[in-house]
Amino acid sequence: MTGQQKRAPYLMAAPAVILFTVFIVVPIGYAIWLSLHAMRVRGAGFGIRTEVFIGLENYLEAIQDSALYEAMQRMLGYGVIMVPATMGLALLFALLLDAPRVGGKRASRITIFLPYAVPGVIASLLWGFIYLPAVSPISAALEGAGLPAADFFGDVSIFFSVANIAVWGSVGFNMVVLYTTLRAIPKELYEAARIDGATEWRIALRIKVPLLRPALTMTSVFTLIGMLQVFSEPATLRPMTNAISQDWVPLMRIYQQAFVDNDIYLGAASSVLLAGATVLLSLAALAVFRTRSARSDR
Amino acid sequence: MRAPTKIVPTLILALGGVYALLPLLWVVIAATKGPEELFTTFSGRPSFNGGFTENIAALSAYGNGRFWLWMLNSLIYAGGGAFLTVVVSAACGYALAKYRFAGQRLIFGALLAGVLVPQITLAIPQYLLLSDMGMVGTYWSVILPSVISPYSIYLCRIYAAAAVPDEILEAGRVDGASEFRLLWSVGVPIMTPGLVTVFLLQFIGIWNNFLLPYIMLANDDRFPLTVGLYSLLNRGASQPALYSLVISGSLLSIIPIIALFLFLQRFWRLDLVAGSVKG
Repeated sequence: MTGQQKRAPYLMAAPAVILFTVFIVVPIGYAIWLSLHAMRVRGAGFGIRTEVFIGLENYLEAIQDSALYEAMQRMLGYGVIMVPATMGLALLFALLLDAPRVGGKRASRITIFLPYAVPGVIASLLWGFIYLPAVSPISAALEGAGLPAADFFGDVSIFFSVANIAVWGSVGFNMVVLYTTLRAIPKELYEAARIDGATEWRIALRIKVPLLRPALTMTSVFTLIGMLQVFSEPATLRPMTNAISQDWVPLMRIYQQAFVDNDIYLGAASSVLLAGATVLLSLAALAVFRTRSARSDR
Repeated sequence: MRAPTKIVPTLILALGGVYALLPLLWVVIAATKGPEELFTTFSGRPSFNGGFTENIAALSAYGNGRFWLWMLNSLIYAGGGAFLTVVVSAACGYALAKYRFAGQRLIFGALLAGVLVPQITLAIPQYLLLSDMGMVGTYWSVILPSVISPYSIYLCRIYAAAAVPDEILEAGRVDGASEFRLLWSVGVPIMTPGLVTVFLLQFIGIWNNFLLPYIMLANDDRFPLTVGLYSLLNRGASQPALYSLVISGSLLSIIPIIALFLFLQRFWRLDLVAGSVKG
């Protein structure tokens, strides 16, 4: 190997490594450092605030923060609707796209995928207006039919309303990922089953779904991460309804701690906790997938 | 003989399509209505009283054409950011796939871990760091943090590993081509479909990003569309007349990205995302 050949990969990777260090590694370290510090008045009576090391105090405060805790509960309520609905619909549509004798596949595929291109903020604006009683086409239709108007911003319905926006935006992407995986499976795998008279429904459940497991795991992990980081949908709906508070989900609470209450240290501690939860959840999902696929290999 | 189409599955897929189109259809209809019609006419019916042109004129006039500035800003952030991502990720992914070097596994492992870190965890310290460097509020404060995308590097790596044959690289080396020349004239052309996918995913990701510009920017001349329309809506909460501006602004802001999406969707290699590339 020549000297140039040895140097080349380092030079090629250098820009990415430098940017990764500056914008990911250093910020993570800085976030942890911030989370262990606070602004405190030092000395007696002078009122000069300095940055001091306070150990895990911010973490204790974050864990005991009832607003963060409630935000977490609301996020879970939202996630219980959003994650199964997104994954279920994506799987259903992908299997239908892959089934024989189904019409209008190309048009349906592109149309269902289309919302992926719409920014979360814009999607929330559009759905927000659809939910808003004064301009809602759904309320107008219900009224026209003599039915009571729907309340999209009720105590319970708000969770469905927010989840619906996220489902609308992400079903198509997951569907396309699953469908692309299905298309890569050799058709001979189902031919034998088909000759034996298995129904398409049975083939889908018994052959296709197990083969999809790696892709399903990956898309589920991304959907779960999306759930933990939900922010733009509730933040955008907030000006339209009182049902969403300023700290409705964890990210909104963290934003409030760091930039509204100006306690960037507490915000950093909460966000480090959230990062830890994300990593744990992802690793758990991957571990479940590994043991399962190891079992089916045997 | 062709077997007949099955009705129920076809219908379910079609319903999925209707669900996907419903809000888009509604915004097209709502954008045709002037501010006074919005709350008074049936929302399922478009209006042809010149409301659309009136809305566009009002939107263009808002803050001396600020809306169009937001659109231009979104284009700069998404276009510039995605282009730089492709350059940085292609080189790094190619190096990880086509060379053996010390530290390779460390780099790759660190990148994979980077995918899992939530944006807010990074955004708070990134804000403080960029503020120390005096860059908060500039275009760079939104572009630079967006350029590094561990996921894009990962995609480039698996694409380069699957698509770029070692034999051609060896033949090039025998002919005396430099390593960078091989990357540029062998690697990049073969990787182009993968790079298009990375560009599109990043373009849409940055165009749709809200949290990062929301934290970094205070001056609304620098806002991208997402933050701009959000600020407009916030003002609309007290002035419903602004609602029709928000609605037509939403429509205009999704037209370019949907056009790009429809035009390029045949070039996507989404099997990349699914992790099953075969050359």
